[in-house]
Amino acid sequence: MTVDVTPAELYRRMYRIRLLEERLLDLFATGALVGTTHTCIGQEANAVGVIAHLDPERDIVVSNHRCHGHYIAFQDDIFGLLAEVMGRVDGVCSGKGGSQHLCSGNFYTNGVQGSIVPLATGMAMAEKRTHGDTVVCVFIGDGTLGQGVVYECLNMASLWRLPLLVVCEDNRIAQTTPRALAIAGDVAARATPFGVESAAYATTDVLEVLDAAGAAVEYVRREQAPYFLVLETHRLRAHSKSDDTRDPVEIAAMAAEDPLLVLAPHLPDAERREIEAEAEAELAEVAAAAERSPVAGRSVTGAGAPS
Amino acid sequence: MSTRCVEDLNAALVEIFETRDDVELIGEDLLDPYGGAFNASKGLSERWPDRVLTTPISEASLFGIAAGMAIRGRRPILEIMFGDFLALGFDQIVNGISKFREMYDDQVSVPLVVRAPMGGRRGYGPTHSQSLEKLLIGVPNLTVVAASEFHDWGALLHAAVDSDDPVFFIESKIAYGKPARRPAGGYVDGWAVRETPGPFPAVRLSASGFADDQVTIVTYGPAAPIAMDAATEMLLEDEVFSEVLVLGRVHPLDLAPITDSLARTGALVTVEEGGVTGGFGAEIAAQVQSTSWSDLRHPVVRIGARDGIIPSAPGLEDEALPSVADVVGAVERLV
Ligand SMILES: Cc1ncc(C[n+]2csc(CCOP(=O)(O)OP(=O)(O)O)c2C)c(N)n1
Repeated sequence: MTVDVTPAELYRRMYRIRLLEERLLDLFATGALVGTTHTCIGQEANAVGVIAHLDPERDIVVSNHRCHGHYIAFQDDIFGLLAEVMGRVDGVCSGKGGSQHLCSGNFYTNGVQGSIVPLATGMAMAEKRTHGDTVVCVFIGDGTLGQGVVYECLNMASLWRLPLLVVCEDNRIAQTTPRALAIAGDVAARATPFGVESAAYATTDVLEVLDAAGAAVEYVRREQAPYFLVLETHRLRAHSKSDDTRDPVEIAAMAAEDPLLVLAPHLPDAERREIEAEAEAELAEVAAAAERSPVAGRSVTGAGAPS
Repeated sequence: MSTRCVEDLNAALVEIFETRDDVELIGEDLLDPYGGAFNASKGLSERWPDRVLTTPISEASLFGIAAGMAIRGRRPILEIMFGDFLALGFDQIVNGISKFREMYDDQVSVPLVVRAPMGGRRGYGPTHSQSLEKLLIGVPNLTVVAASEFHDWGALLHAAVDSDDPVFFIESKIAYGKPARRPAGGYVDGWAVRETPGPFPAVRLSASGFADDQVTIVTYGPAAPIAMDAATEMLLEDEVFSEVLVLGRVHPLDLAPITDSLARTGALVTVEEGGVTGGFGAEIAAQVQSTSWSDLRHPVVRIGARDGIIPSAPGLEDEALPSVADVVGAVERLV
């Protein structure tokens, strides 16, 4: 299926996610933020390419710890997310959820690996009952393939023909554990014995992701049946804030496939620079507004202060 | 003719299905003619084949699936075959079901009922006989209801389904086959009965008509008949008057009827079928020592299962579980 999005628009969507997440890392580095965050820097093509096919009024996205890109792609709400991570009353969950426990409209995330898959399966069940044309899209990482509930749910989603799109963002690492130490056999093939359609792509080209996801979303919507889409990608930054144990040489090689670099030749340089400048101005404004939002709860100082 | 508790429950399920089309039943082995391992769900799948979903053996996921359905506007009732299997769902219970409404800042609700049979005395052995309510007591935002043979099971289930928040509905396994001991003219077996207001009432039974009781015995679920038999034995043999308080909701606790009773008796014994450490009685004891310090004339005594497994052989199981003699002994030490 094709959706009508220009390369310039795709670039804009990915760049806005990138900027926000770089800002978050800066804020952590300077000690302005506490807690944790998991950026999708390097993986933005997945969020943007998949979610371009989803309708926030009708479809549902369920995501995980690495959810900021999915959230912005689906809800276009940088302010609500930033204020949430900053612990402000205007955050999407008034500061109660923080980075990995977001909810807004048809978007939900939770921070325990795997647990979101049953939740999404139940949502797909409810939507199939009440609507019949919804797609419920759940994002997991390759490391989460270690959780048994993923397979329980592939089984049930297939048995009951539920409109569940499982997107496995395979960045070949889980926190510090390389895929080779955690995953036996093939990833995409895991769907087959359950009778679930699947496909795997290794690409950071958002145009390719857009095509692959289009076919997957169209299948789920039309057939009201599950689909398992594996997107091999690169995590270009630390797992969370600064915990990267990988060889910098390896990371540099992956950075050559940064989805922004891959897409850049598809639009004129001047237009690209204009998009970047606009996004920077937007973020500056949003960040200032978030800064003005009151802190949720009491101010914490002294022995109880987070470190 | 009085019906058995499991029939009351089944009748309530039928009424609920007749009156609400957002309710669905999910769980294992639900289809007719079987209708669930304890037959509580009999007759539903034949009348409502689209709303009774028999599932694979996948408890760890089923809790999350039910939660996802509830968040998206359905009212699932999840039947867990044995309460012991709640253990498989604890991630979903603790990190999802109990948290969603609050963590998502009231943007969602989770109107989910989990039905789970608990308790022993049927010889099912260590993994099919436990009373695990204490693992749920204290989990924020959960309601834990316990249906005992002194309760109106149908009314409790209706209230659970009407709740907009998750309710764990614990069914006393040994009560399934017995008729409910409901008050007639304000009495059960000659004991005066009062019920607290609200959707999940505590049933208060007093031999003295709530006048001269010497001890308060607080219990719930499958331990209730043990407490009641002990109270009856003490009344007949020793003329000791007690008030037996059978809670309908074990979390969050409604302390009011307990403190009210303690103001008259000054002595408290708790009786539960699970182990006492970190349990039902422990929580009540902690709470009453601040609310009723000046009324208490004796230390609180907790009665429950021995530490260890619940063995299969009936004689060994009986040794492990709290007995009438345990309760009588505890009261005799107090009064
Ligand atoms: C049940 C559970 N175990 C461990 C963690 C800690 N943890 C958070 S993210 C993560 C790695 C997840 O890896 P993967 O699924 O590949 O996603 P990625 O981080 O690569 O996006 C771990 C171990 C967790 N959140 N939940």
